[in-house]
Amino acid sequence: MQNFIDAYSWVNIRFLLDGLWVTVEVSLISIIASFIIGSILGVLRYVKIKYLSAIVGFVVDIVRNLPLILIIFFTYFGLPHLGFKPGILFAAMLAMTIFESAMLAEIVRSGILAVDYGQMEGARANGMTYVQALWHIVFPQAIKKTIPTIVSQFISLIKDTSLATIIVLPELLNHAQIIYGQNSAFIIPMFLMVAFMYFVICYALSVLSRILDKKLA
Amino acid sequence: MWYILTHYWSELIQGLGYTLLSSVIALFFSTIIGTMFAIFEVLPNRAMRIIGRIYIELFRNIPLLVIAMFFYVIIPMYVAKIDGFTAGTIGLTIYTSSFIAETVRAGIQSVDKGQMEGARSNGLTYWQAMRYIVLPQAFKIVIPPLGNQFINLVKNSSVLAFVAGFDLMYQGNSIASLSLDTINSYMVVGVFYLIITLPLSYYMRHLEKRLA
Repeated sequence: MQNFIDAYSWVNIRFLLDGLWVTVEVSLISIIASFIIGSILGVLRYVKIKYLSAIVGFVVDIVRNLPLILIIFFTYFGLPHLGFKPGILFAAMLAMTIFESAMLAEIVRSGILAVDYGQMEGARANGMTYVQALWHIVFPQAIKKTIPTIVSQFISLIKDTSLATIIVLPELLNHAQIIYGQNSAFIIPMFLMVAFMYFVICYALSVLSRILDKKLA
Repeated sequence: MWYILTHYWSELIQGLGYTLLSSVIALFFSTIIGTMFAIFEVLPNRAMRIIGRIYIELFRNIPLLVIAMFFYVIIPMYVAKIDGFTAGTIGLTIYTSSFIAETVRAGIQSVDKGQMEGARSNGLTYWQAMRYIVLPQAFKIVIPPLGNQFINLVKNSSVLAFVAGFDLMYQGNSIASLSLDTINSYMVVGVFYLIITLPLSYYMRHLEKRLA
């Protein structure tokens, strides 16, 4: 019991919260960037431009089917050999953005496919160009449909941020490791606290996703 | 790339073997455990439902890496000496079982209630009805999502690299540091992962279309 009281000293908790902040920061920036890139890729895949859509589709499928850890390693250890040396924070965000963009591209595309085709036809019949109809009519409806899925994707991104400890990104798990590295009696308390912090954030988001799912359905 | 492939062939194949082994073991056990908790959640007993809910929500919302490292660090300290492969696979099983439980639960609930009622009124016990009538129908529905879980499992098994599990990712790292050719090493490892996951994901898409 004493271990727990010592482990959860204010200094340690502050240090963990600092890590949690980095986790949230990295995931938030990555999900926003991936949302933009993913939407573009998803639309490109949907509109069927000769060759381009096929290439986008193929690249998206490849990235989706690779482990995120591999992409993190590649951006941090591989890119310097190509003459570009990213910092830890940037490498982590870049890897997450690449991976999540591919995931979101697929989600956005299936969202667009789920919008009734009559919407497109109606907009076209009312004199809109194809691009206008896509941008003003189909895309907003597709995004509305996919918001719950995007939130769950955000949850898995927050969890996946822990993988970046391997390139020593100072996030939650990494900070916990630093604390229990100093005192092995803190191992169990630290793991429980880290699990608790992840759980609170992810569970809250999953409840949000369920509410949105009901509201938007 | 060719150089990496020919010089480190045995390491790569070993890594591929461990990755597949871990994924298959985890899939087998997490399907059993996941189905168990899915049944818990649809039981008439309230206490069982709460247990099922807690298990699913708990392990779905904690990162796999935290679970795997917990077992890797804690079990050798207090219980028994286990290697990274075992600890990682246990973590993988628990994490995946919560996702499978959620999938199977949705499958069971999508089976028409009349099936259970009909089976019960024909004299089957609750468990018989579950085992012979409801579950087979539920599994037919959840096969595509289960396939996607397996793809995730193969990708997620790369956390074994963190706990010295000798999987593909772990071998990829050691090859990268031995050959000093990081780009090509990681590309070869990527190709090895794609050999497993890409055909599976195309097959699953095909299956989804056919069953839909």
